[in-house]
Amino acid sequence: MNKKKPLAENATLISILASLLSIVIGLAIGFLLLLILKPSAAAEGMGAMLGTGFSNLDKFGKVLYQAAPLMCCGLSVGFAFKTGLFNIGASGQYTMGAFLALYGAIFLQLPWYVCLLLAMIGGGLWGIFPGLFKALFNVNEVITAIMFNWIAMFLVNLVLANMPLMLASAWGASNSDRTAALAVANKAAIIPKGGLDKLFGNSSWVNISFFIAVVVAIIVWFILEKTTFGYELKACGLSKDAAIYAGINANRNIVFSMIIAGALSGLGGGLYYLAGTIQYVLEKSILSMGFNGIPVALLANSNPLGTIFSSLFISYINVGGAAMQPNFSSESTEIITAVIIYLAAFALLMRGVIGKVLAGKRNKEVKA
Amino acid sequence: MIILANVISLTIVFSVPLLLVALGGSYSEHSGVINIALEGIMVIGALCACFALSAFDKSGFGPAHPQLAMLLAICIAGISGMAFSVFLAFAAINLRADQTIGGTALNIFAPAFAVVMTWAIQGQGQTTIQIPSWIRITKESLGIQMESKFLNALLFKYFYLTTPVAIVLFIIATIVMYKTRFGLRLRACGEHPQAADSVGINVYRMRYAGVLISGFLGGIGGIAYTIAVGSGFNSSVGGYGFLALAVMIFGNWKPVQILGSAVFFALFKVVAAYNSSIPFLPKLEGLKDKSSLYQMLPYIVTMVVLIFTSKKSQAPKAEGIPYDKGSR
Repeated sequence: MNKKKPLAENATLISILASLLSIVIGLAIGFLLLLILKPSAAAEGMGAMLGTGFSNLDKFGKVLYQAAPLMCCGLSVGFAFKTGLFNIGASGQYTMGAFLALYGAIFLQLPWYVCLLLAMIGGGLWGIFPGLFKALFNVNEVITAIMFNWIAMFLVNLVLANMPLMLASAWGASNSDRTAALAVANKAAIIPKGGLDKLFGNSSWVNISFFIAVVVAIIVWFILEKTTFGYELKACGLSKDAAIYAGINANRNIVFSMIIAGALSGLGGGLYYLAGTIQYVLEKSILSMGFNGIPVALLANSNPLGTIFSSLFISYINVGGAAMQPNFSSESTEIITAVIIYLAAFALLMRGVIGKVLAGKRNKEVKA
Repeated sequence: MIILANVISLTIVFSVPLLLVALGGSYSEHSGVINIALEGIMVIGALCACFALSAFDKSGFGPAHPQLAMLLAICIAGISGMAFSVFLAFAAINLRADQTIGGTALNIFAPAFAVVMTWAIQGQGQTTIQIPSWIRITKESLGIQMESKFLNALLFKYFYLTTPVAIVLFIIATIVMYKTRFGLRLRACGEHPQAADSVGINVYRMRYAGVLISGFLGGIGGIAYTIAVGSGFNSSVGGYGFLALAVMIFGNWKPVQILGSAVFFALFKVVAAYNSSIPFLPKLEGLKDKSSLYQMLPYIVTMVVLIFTSKKSQAPKAEGIPYDKGSR
């Protein structure tokens, strides 16, 4: 008897296939929409979306740069999923992380690694609220997180508007609707490029943030798979009642899980805004990066290591989406993301179908 | 005094979308489905209605029969919102999927779809659909003589057909929820679907009804919001779908209380925009960007209220749990 598990019961394989299937369906629906809207340019548009990321090193550098915060937000959402919580608040935590990172960089003139730490603290602080509200008052974490997304956005706008030293206008630029450029305000706060810019043809985007995120993904994987704490978290996620019966303090784990999830999102905010290429603009609507963490986590089936690949994919089509203009708006890629999330909502069904197909194959092989 | 009239009439016009969407949310939740997709539903409703309005404007039908065209646009908003909510209903009811994830997908889909469609129809870079000016109801069109400037500002400065429609829908929604067999059955499905099923109520059908009604009201809320803002539709409803969720919770899932909290939340929105010209507000010397502060307050108030009411929450007990006939 072969010791290997039969194909149909290999959960990892099935979830990878399910993710690939939802990507294919998502792309197909996206292409269909383009065909309906502008048949003559549809193939070209789709080509731009899928080809741009690899077209030159500069664009690929941008893919890596955007993948880092996406990965952090995906890890955040996935980590909360493992504890049975839906962290729709990644956006707010990301905003708070970005704010504290920039506060450290511009106001306190700290080096980049301390700023990243501040970013994690900012996100973690914002993660406490959904966790505590759920644990103490039994308020649905989704509701709390949505409210705190908006509170974060308005709070950061309010604070930045009242800290003139943070704004670009205090550092020699004319605009007061965004934070100061780090190249002017504090060069030490820019995440180092580590020689990657030379490797990527002087890309202005690429820096070591992608590798920081990969290390974090491995750490998160280690916590979840190899520590007692991670085991307790997963037990709460699978069955809260059973976990409590086994003597696990479920409420404590809910709060800790949300703090860690928040810190991960916050780190994403830090990685994005400390690259020195982007300034934080006072927003009128919630930043979408946190929401994009949701498809990243869903595609990876909440597996931290899978997040590395799914964040690369989402980042890749986002970079490609910008190249679809002027024929199509870059939001076309978000439609594909939305379809992927929608399909993931009934992931169980898809896994069941794939499992049956694989089982059918195996039965045939056995008969043969 | 004119300022007071302006504030009151603005508060009314902004409370209309909140009222409609929150009522929609309460229908969905009373049937047992958490409807996070309200934001996306509003966007779709507003998108379709705005396209209809600009088509009416071009064809000349709109300027000739403004309120009839507006009524048609409102119906289109409701129907398109309803059609969009079918996706949520299908995932949540038939496939027993996670309702919040399905709703999130719709929320990401709707604004992206709206931008793509606006680009495709209006040409590249044209991301705003203008709203024709004839939709406003003026005293001239009603043939009313009014001398008082105060009453004029109070009643006619921001008077659109959405306001009377919202009042009618509010009354119907309240009666249906509490005085009809349908309303009772709907609420039973949100409280204890197994018990409802055992007395012969089709839980799946009831939940579909709840979600579709919320889609209808949400779509109308979308066009009501766009009209209230007044600067055209640019593929966003500014988080009003989420704010409506807060309104619904703040209003304890009950129509009359939802009306009260919609007015309360709208007042904050208006104060945020006009805080510098309202005399009786605290001046907060030296604080910049006060509008962020006022816009933030309703969310904080909601959270504080949630802390105090969570123990005796009126939330439907079975909301968010997919109904499975076979489960015990």
